[in-house]
Amino acid sequence: MWFLTGFYALFFYFAIIVLVAGVGYKIYEYARTPAPLKVPTMPAPLTRGGVVLRILSEVVLFRSLFRSNKWIWLFGWMFHFALLLVLLRHLRYFIDPVWGWVALIQPFGKYAAFAMVIGLIGLLVRRFTVERIRYISTPSDYLILVLLLVIGMSGMMMSFVVHTDIIQLKAFFLGAMSFNWQLIPSDPILLLHLTTVFLLMIVFPYSKLLHAPGIFFSPSRNQVDNSREKRHLAPWAAELEKAEAK
Amino acid sequence: MAKADIEIPEMREYPVIPILKPDAMKGDGPFVAKADFQTVLGYPGELVDNWETKAVEKLGDLLSCFRSLRVYLDSCVHCGACTDKCHYMLGTSDPKNMPVARQDLLRQVYRRYHTLPGKFFGKMGWQWGLDLIGAKEMDKAVLDDWYNYYHQCSQCRRCSVFCPYGIDTADISMAAREIMASIGKGQKYCNEIIGKVYRIGNNLGLPEPALRDTLEGLEEDIEADTGVAVRLPIDEKGAEVLLITPSADFFAEPHVDGLMGYAKVFHEAGISWTLSSYASEGANFGMFIGSYENMRKISLRIRKAALDLGVKRIVFGECGHAWRVAYSFLNTLAGPFDFLDPKYPVPQHICEITYGLIQEGKLNFDKSRNDDMVLTFHDSCNVARASRMGNVPGGQFIIPREVIKAACNHFYDMDADTIHDQTFCCGGGGGLLTDDLMDLRVKGALPRMQALKNVVEEHGVTHMAAICAICKSQFTKVLPYYGFNMDKIVSVHQLISNALILTGQEEG
Ligand code: HEM
Ligand code: SF4
Ligand code: SF4
Repeated sequence: MWFLTGFYALFFYFAIIVLVAGVGYKIYEYARTPAPLKVPTMPAPLTRGGVVLRILSEVVLFRSLFRSNKWIWLFGWMFHFALLLVLLRHLRYFIDPVWGWVALIQPFGKYAAFAMVIGLIGLLVRRFTVERIRYISTPSDYLILVLLLVIGMSGMMMSFVVHTDIIQLKAFFLGAMSFNWQLIPSDPILLLHLTTVFLLMIVFPYSKLLHAPGIFFSPSRNQVDNSREKRHLAPWAAELEKAEAK
Repeated sequence: MAKADIEIPEMREYPVIPILKPDAMKGDGPFVAKADFQTVLGYPGELVDNWETKAVEKLGDLLSCFRSLRVYLDSCVHCGACTDKCHYMLGTSDPKNMPVARQDLLRQVYRRYHTLPGKFFGKMGWQWGLDLIGAKEMDKAVLDDWYNYYHQCSQCRRCSVFCPYGIDTADISMAAREIMASIGKGQKYCNEIIGKVYRIGNNLGLPEPALRDTLEGLEEDIEADTGVAVRLPIDEKGAEVLLITPSADFFAEPHVDGLMGYAKVFHEAGISWTLSSYASEGANFGMFIGSYENMRKISLRIRKAALDLGVKRIVFGECGHAWRVAYSFLNTLAGPFDFLDPKYPVPQHICEITYGLIQEGKLNFDKSRNDDMVLTFHDSCNVARASRMGNVPGGQFIIPREVIKAACNHFYDMDADTIHDQTFCCGGGGGLLTDDLMDLRVKGALPRMQALKNVVEEHGVTHMAAICAICKSQFTKVLPYYGFNMDKIVSVHQLISNALILTGQEEG
């Protein structure tokens, strides 16, 4: 039992480190790389505030996707918002005492799992059936969907069919986080759930899941349309000009 | 290429997404630039030794200079939303013309050499790992695909509108073309033209005497027509406005009618203006080849002309990508323009000038002079999706239409999903307006032709107006393939020219 606990505790640390350091580095890289030209997709907002609204409409409503394809939007949006609810619900395994609003959303989070799985199945079926999307799909596109489906379905099994020892699980996580290890429950479904979640965390910074931070850094969406009013100059372009002036 | 060789796609009542035909457009791409045309732009004359490594290194350089490239190459989730949005895909059915597939040609190399898993699997020699993440070695086959398919993208940005992350395949095509030029495989058409700008001052290689001749001829035409002496000045120091316009305006049809329109507007408003023989080109093909340096060099000619002539304002004529470079990049590339009159934005579009004068009631029109036409308007991609006019977002859609309506009685828009920011490219933008790509140009025009056919049938539209030199030339060439008359395409300022009543003009 202690072997299993040790393995999963270390796996957990490793996944967290890869996720945080990997995504952190990517964000640092995005932030550090200049966007030398004004390239917002027009019409674009004329103010910073407008840009915040534009990005919000993309992140919260998937606005561009809605304009382009209603089916992808439907399944995609369902999956993501269900995922968000489910993730928020999971906070209760990591904090003690549980915050009021986390307790409040428990039932929603529980049933959101269905929406999440339906959304994922829709996205997967679309990959098989729509010729154009089949053409562009790589093995990793399928694998990520399958991974998420395994996560979702194993989670639902535990919520609705074979319950695991939640009290003990919470003790394990709180213990792992305070470096005071407690035994992990050894149900196979829980272990499958945790394994797939940790795998997802590890592939996050090295896969297309980077779309999550990426959307905030996309120059075609996050730039203000003010090129005539304000001169926009990247540091390397300024160097170029200085070198020429000499 | 003879007309008979081209298989013209069938027009349907309702546009349908075609069944994929893999490799339908596989080929060698447009003519490759010869050594001379490469070296004047600062590129090697022919494919360098170890070009594979050089290409990967150049990609690395670009990644550190352009955030867009980094974010776009990482973020695509292969959702497929863009797959049916490209006119080249719709017209050719070639799956590699789906924007995401076009991006993947570069992305596969990015994944292999510039991401951790790619480097790892590559080092271990694990092909399955590379396949898993969609990574590929840089080799001859990849380069051939790049050259072919990155020259089947008109950099129109339509895909970017529909992508949930705004991934802009135009940016990726530009980067790929810059990489190819830098290892010695540039495109003849674009590079030759940029060379002419450096040597002579414009894309068409029209020297100053020829320009003067042409302008005098036009002055005579206008006077014969209206009885009013309207000037088309060049290199006139101390004029208020420097007009920068695509050189096609100096002689191509229907472009030149537009130029006469600008001249009449300036004349009627009493604004002194001049062209420049040094900067006698609005177009900036540096953008098409993705070269910041060349784009900047061309832009600096405009700055120099404005300084030398001592003008107060810079105005651009009808040209799509020129307006993108002017509106979005000029301030960055050749600014600051603090030596110009701060009362006016730098630069302005000729449509903004005309629209302003219409609002002030300074122009007098007899709309009935355009009554032989029922009009529609083609939004040019670079104006619609990469720039603005006026002071509200979307002004680039409103202002040209208002200008047209001020001069014409009959105007109908095409279907809503084919105009404004959803407009379809003419099929000839992005440095593809060359005879060696005629087949592609005809096929790529399909979605626009379909939309045009609809308004022709529903509203009896007879003419389509445009504000881009490339669109006008492209349509003149491809309209006949779809059974339309080639003079169906008109300049926006041609309509103004027809309907504007100059002070002192004899009615007739
Ligand atoms: C800022 C947060 C995020 C935004 C705005 C966002 C947005 C999107 C959008 C618009 C799509 C395309 C539509 C679709 O296929 O569903 C997408 C796809 C996807 N997202 Fe996200 N996402 C976010 C976070 C995440 C996270 C945290 C995950 C996973 C752990 C995730 C997993 C996926 C997957 C797997 C796909 C591809 C679905 C497919 O195969 O078609 N996303 N995302
Ligand atoms: S920019 Fe235009 S031509 Fe290029 S891939 Fe996108 S839609 Fe097609
Ligand atoms: S719409 Fe954007 S994210 Fe989706 S496949 Fe196309 S480029 Fe990729």
